[in-house]
Amino acid sequence: MYDISVLTGGRAGDGINSAGLLIAHLFNQMGYQTYLYFDYPSLIKGGHNFTITRAAEQKIGAHRDQCDYLLALSQDSVDLHRHLLSDNAVILFDSGRVHGQGQGIPVEAILKAEQAPTVMGNSCIIGAFAKASGIPFDVVETVIRRQIPKAPEKNLAIARKGYEAVREERVIPRVGTTCCPLVNGNEAIGLGLLHGGLDAYVAYPMTPTSNLLHFLAGAARDFPLTVVHPENEIAVMLMALGLSYAGKKTAVGTSGGGFCLMTEGFSLAGGAEVPIVVVMGQRTGPSTGLPTYTGQTDLRFVLHAGQGEFPRIVVAPGSPEQAYVWSSIALSLAWKCQVPAVILADKTLCEGTYSLDEKAMIVPGTGDPPKPGSSRSYRRYEMTENGISPLQFPPLRDAAIKVNSYAHDEDGITTEKADIVRLMTEKRKRKTQALKGEIDLLECVKTYGMGGARTALLCWGSTLPVCTEVARRYGFGVIQPIVLSPFPEEQLKAAVAGVRILIAVEENADGQLTLLCRQHGIAVDIHVDKLDGRPFSVEELGARLKEVS
Amino acid sequence: MQEKNLITGAQNTWCPGCGNFTIQFALRNAIKGLVSEGVALENIVLVTGIGCHAKMSDYLGINSFYSIHGRTIPVATGIKLANPELTVICCAGDGDAYAEGLDHLIFGAKRNTDITVVIHNNRVYGLTTGQYTPTSPLGFRGKSTPQGAPEEPFNPLTLMLASGAGFVARSTSRKMPHLTGIIGQALRHKGFSFVDVLQICASYFNVSELYDRQGYELSGHDPSDFTAACRKAEEWDYNTDSPIAFGLFYQEAKPCFEERFSKHPVSTVHTEEQIRAFLETKR
Repeated sequence: MYDISVLTGGRAGDGINSAGLLIAHLFNQMGYQTYLYFDYPSLIKGGHNFTITRAAEQKIGAHRDQCDYLLALSQDSVDLHRHLLSDNAVILFDSGRVHGQGQGIPVEAILKAEQAPTVMGNSCIIGAFAKASGIPFDVVETVIRRQIPKAPEKNLAIARKGYEAVREERVIPRVGTTCCPLVNGNEAIGLGLLHGGLDAYVAYPMTPTSNLLHFLAGAARDFPLTVVHPENEIAVMLMALGLSYAGKKTAVGTSGGGFCLMTEGFSLAGGAEVPIVVVMGQRTGPSTGLPTYTGQTDLRFVLHAGQGEFPRIVVAPGSPEQAYVWSSIALSLAWKCQVPAVILADKTLCEGTYSLDEKAMIVPGTGDPPKPGSSRSYRRYEMTENGISPLQFPPLRDAAIKVNSYAHDEDGITTEKADIVRLMTEKRKRKTQALKGEIDLLECVKTYGMGGARTALLCWGSTLPVCTEVARRYGFGVIQPIVLSPFPEEQLKAAVAGVRILIAVEENADGQLTLLCRQHGIAVDIHVDKLDGRPFSVEELGARLKEVS
Repeated sequence: MQEKNLITGAQNTWCPGCGNFTIQFALRNAIKGLVSEGVALENIVLVTGIGCHAKMSDYLGINSFYSIHGRTIPVATGIKLANPELTVICCAGDGDAYAEGLDHLIFGAKRNTDITVVIHNNRVYGLTTGQYTPTSPLGFRGKSTPQGAPEEPFNPLTLMLASGAGFVARSTSRKMPHLTGIIGQALRHKGFSFVDVLQICASYFNVSELYDRQGYELSGHDPSDFTAACRKAEEWDYNTDSPIAFGLFYQEAKPCFEERFSKHPVSTVHTEEQIRAFLETKR
């Protein structure tokens, strides 16, 4: 089985992410499944960036610590990553910037001869990589024509010169003829929201969801979508609630710091029953933390955010396919049950690029909010059996649609009367039950390789692929709750039945899912943490599991 | 739910003599004026913050979004973006718009969102029982400043002029016909309309005498002259004892925020097909 990793390193501003992505596309054309990890500090120019493009014959979503090729556009790329190189690694470098062993490519001279801008250096590098790895030039041509539609001829000429500048070293064979779409988690979430009927997206830039804002702002040219970037996250949330009140299916996006500012609006959405979806991309906290690195430290935050008690949906997809499906579901259910929903992602998922399995993108239907009777008698908070009131938007003839952050009656008029307050609290409580009924119809807990497994890994979110890959080697099963609120207690209990040792793998210190499980009477035996802001590599998780099991 | 006189059955809990009664009826009458010109009542939406003013949401029988403290303008902006056919009115207090949500006020003016913002500026926090606000005079003795407020107030009119508001006016709860007229003009202005209403607080800051003594209605002022508007706005600094002008200080027609968003033609392409087409480019 072929399993190849390519490390591409350079300074910020060198377009290292694009280079890594182009290499992923070369692998894609050669029939491989790919995954791209992008590691970069919080700065714009200089510093050291690198990507690891991994290709394998089976589906993957995690990086490895043993790279077979190094493409170095800076001296740091050679000096910092020696420990990540396998024996006999192929090293290609920009001879104008880097001294070392391996094959040098005179990138600057090639660009100068072609009178091309620095940004086209990537084409030179992937041309050289293709030659060194025995990938035919027509594959390079396909990738450049598809992925760099701007000035393809010039890019091709440069790639050709890169191709001719080196000799073949270690051949990567073609393993298939099918190629998949390569998407990052932000794109998968955005497409899922669009599938769910998204009308508006409001966000203030914040890593790792800024690219979702950029993606949807671009998509607004093709889709009937309004995208707004207001003055801060407080305005983001409130503007979104205004859009939602007036009938637009709306989502917002942020990370932990921005979500702190959104919580007053989040509670308003819960109390006033205005549907909203929050895309929460976690990064390393607390506070500013490591802005461009990852973490799973905000589960308890999103479960408890906002004053008062109100039903909420929290889903944590672990792959681009799940991100697509559950973003659509989150929007539909938030709308149907008129509650706030959180799509809890992280830097790994948001900014990682994956081969997408389109067959796994099937979204189950969730139904519409209840329809009202005559508008003359419309009451925004009408008491119903399941607590969900008919949802209408202004303008509605002969009706006044009143939503209210205060305790209110069925008309939306403020009240402090004890009996009405109690009835409204019970109404929201019934909505929690209704929501629970909705999610019980869905497969909220996924299991992998559980046939006869006595040991299982318990994970949530972006660690799913690394867990399934490592578990396969150890003969462990994997259990992944995708929905975390309302907590799918019965489904999870059924999944863990028969498991002798349950090992939670979480990229946090406190064991947030572990604690949540304990609250629901599900015991976790071992907690494997991660404290450095970096996602688990396959080797690292393997070693950690060896220590504990 | 919708009452003929636009007043709901909710029990009114403003203090006797409160300036909010005047604003309520002035706003109600201004809305009736719009309706008599053919605006459908269901196309009008009121957004309020938190504070005594905000009870307007409960008392007026029209669409309303009773928001949270300081957050009327982003909600109103969202509603207007969602449906530009709606007439969107914000009632906000001075604590709301000038303290907790000042950023949104400035950005509302900067964007020129087509909404009308009526500030119930009683220059005191009433519902929290008497603390100084951004427009209380220097030395104001409130519960949080027993030695007197240590800050000078800012001037919301010059602030709004500097922020690009295309309609800047001031009135007072002491002059109901004037206030009704100004709100009516504000509602008809296309763009961000700002009305600072000097309102008396019967319980914590009753300066009726000051407003009656120093107040006068603008005349001979050209609201298209920005320099003259700035000069006029600076005449009273919300602190010292100088003449207080009421009327329209500045008006300018310019493109609105929501007009600058591209109109979406009704798509004939199915969303799923568009998604597939996008994925094809990623292959």
